[in-house]
Amino acid sequence: MTAQRKDWASLARMPKFIELHSRKKAFLITLWCLGSAMFYLLPICAGYAPAFMKAKVFGRLNVTYFFCLFEFAMTWAIAIIYTHRSNTYFDPLTKEVLSDIARGEHA
Amino acid sequence: MKRLFIPLILCMVLCQVQFAAAADRQEVQVATSTTSSPVPLTAAVAPSVKDPVTAKPAAPLAKEMKTNKAITLSMFFAIILFTGYIVVRAAKSTRTTADYYAAGGGISGFQNGWAIAGDYLSAATFLGIAGITSVFGADGFMYAVGPFFSFVTILLVIAEPCRNAGKYTLGDILSLRSASKVVRGTAALSAVVVSTFYLLGQMVGAGKLMQLLLGIPYSASVIGVGVLMILYVTFGGMKATTWVQIIKAFLLVLSGLTITFLLLWKFGFNLFAFYDAVASSPAIQEHVRGLLKHATPQPGFDYGQRFLEPGLILKDPLDQISLGIAFALGAAGLPHIMMRFFTVPNAQAARKSVVISMVLIGAFMIMVTLIGFGAALFITPQQITAVDKGGNMAAPMIAQFVGGGAGTLGGDLFLAFVCAVAFSTIIAVVSGLILAVSAAVAHDFYVNVLKDGKPDQKEQMKIARISAFVIGTIAIALGIACEKQNIAHLVVLAFAVVASSNFPVILFALFWKRFNAGGIVTGLTVGAVFAIGVVLVSPTMTYPKKIAADAKKVVEQLEQKQASGLLSADKEVTALAKARADYAKNKDGKSLVGLDAPLFPLKNPAILSVPVGFLAAIAGTFLFGTRREEEMFDELYIRQNTGYGMADASEH
Repeated sequence: MTAQRKDWASLARMPKFIELHSRKKAFLITLWCLGSAMFYLLPICAGYAPAFMKAKVFGRLNVTYFFCLFEFAMTWAIAIIYTHRSNTYFDPLTKEVLSDIARGEHA
Repeated sequence: MKRLFIPLILCMVLCQVQFAAAADRQEVQVATSTTSSPVPLTAAVAPSVKDPVTAKPAAPLAKEMKTNKAITLSMFFAIILFTGYIVVRAAKSTRTTADYYAAGGGISGFQNGWAIAGDYLSAATFLGIAGITSVFGADGFMYAVGPFFSFVTILLVIAEPCRNAGKYTLGDILSLRSASKVVRGTAALSAVVVSTFYLLGQMVGAGKLMQLLLGIPYSASVIGVGVLMILYVTFGGMKATTWVQIIKAFLLVLSGLTITFLLLWKFGFNLFAFYDAVASSPAIQEHVRGLLKHATPQPGFDYGQRFLEPGLILKDPLDQISLGIAFALGAAGLPHIMMRFFTVPNAQAARKSVVISMVLIGAFMIMVTLIGFGAALFITPQQITAVDKGGNMAAPMIAQFVGGGAGTLGGDLFLAFVCAVAFSTIIAVVSGLILAVSAAVAHDFYVNVLKDGKPDQKEQMKIARISAFVIGTIAIALGIACEKQNIAHLVVLAFAVVASSNFPVILFALFWKRFNAGGIVTGLTVGAVFAIGVVLVSPTMTYPKKIAADAKKVVEQLEQKQASGLLSADKEVTALAKARADYAKNKDGKSLVGLDAPLFPLKNPAILSVPVGFLAAIAGTFLFGTRREEEMFDELYIRQNTGYGMADASEH
């Protein structure tokens, strides 16, 4: 891959890198699980709680309609949360890790 | 070679015009011959009550859309010329493999967002979801959530790590975990298999669609779409494909917005009034009663409201969850979607592109379901299914309606515009797919497996173009061969296969230290083979005995009627003859793998095959592991998290 061999194992032991990847992992997993739970709730409700899904909310519009709209809104919300967190936290931290690697301050 | 391009395109357009002209004459004959034939079953439930909204007379339903051929063809011509011009421009600056596969990394996040939307919003999404909504109501809206939600996985797991660690293909990422050629070979094979499923679904869909839109023969439309796609990809590579996708996404969103605007305008932008009209439409109420198989209206049952409730087509909750799993995990591993992230300069741009595509796709999906409901209201489900059983013509028909109706200049223009957009959609999606397969074959298999990465740029480019040409030709041949096959489920099957093979492998490769070549190969092969195997024994396949049993029921019902002397209408006599023939033809048949009845109860395999894929990847890791590959994890892990060493990868 790269021309010169790098000591990847020692790079991976840098405290800042460990902080970056463990926080990122925790954040991603939480967000992903929350999103998925809400996503699967839609077919589960449609299949096992039809009375709930048929309940009218406004005029002719029922829970099904608003639940679907909510799924769209939730997906957008995940995108916004993730982008915000990445821009304000992960990106600066990544920059620090990269400049540390460049200065050879690892090990 | 480039000078040949414009004449070639001109030839093709002329061929299409020729076919259309020939088809025009045929249609007249068909139209005269069908007047005496029985009305199809779907049309038999035509509204007997006058619909106050559309004020449609209860006359026999038209079996074809009235289109203005001159306007439609010139619109197609304009689209082909315009995209052809882009391809010629892109071809001039496509010199290296980085240009060819990844547009030189020079696409901005904003542009890539539009291109992803262009790649993902296939004709199936636009015409298909509008169709499902127009025929089955709220289920269409529920269905639209799945493909959209898949972007959460793409955003959180795939986009940035792939941009940071990858180059052109999945094989590039996996080969950071294992130097084994078997790994790269398997990754290439898996990309080819999955993309072929997806491509075949699109090609056959494209052929049928062009047949409906332009009235040209099926094989001519497959060849037309196929040749255009080959030309675009071999000459323009990723740069041309990206721009075709961007333009197509823009046109698609524009037409969606216009239809939605004109529809809601009729109701003063009051959503409640709109849905109230939908639920109050006698035609829709009639249609729902037919779907529920209520012979006579049940007192107190609100059939209109039922149209806004789920469960008219998506009946089995487990099947829905299974489909949800396939969408949520499958889209993330589709080779042609993954490839889009290699066209942007860095992880920030990759992130931005996903968010932009999510805004576009989400908004478009919501509009498409509104369009579907609008089509149900104004065109009626009966008329939509009379033209096309799957409801695929709902969107073009409502476009014609909101433009002013059939025969008016506005209606014909808008219909032609929407058809041309659907056409550019097909071209853009199949081009992206061909590029993905060509990358797997030329870059992974030929250059890196067979030739150890030694060929120089010139040879690599030659191979890339040759492979795109060959694969495109094969796709055309397969598309023509599969005309009569039921391939509607192939695209969804592609999602399930990816979710059970590529997705576990990508996830483990990026996040699990112990994962190795054994796990990659086992995961990819077992996951894919198992998913395909489950589909082969699922209700998705055709079971002749079941058809025979259904036919027998019809025969018995009609014979009873005949015996009691009630059978009078011509159409019932022909229906009886048809049911008898169906029974005789199918009573001894077996499914493709020789079964009488499905072994697996669900249409979608994901709920079972995804866990199996994960287990296979884990088992493979423990059975065939080496210490050396665990060490390689650190490299990939640092690369995917930080983008370190990315310049090396793109300049390679």
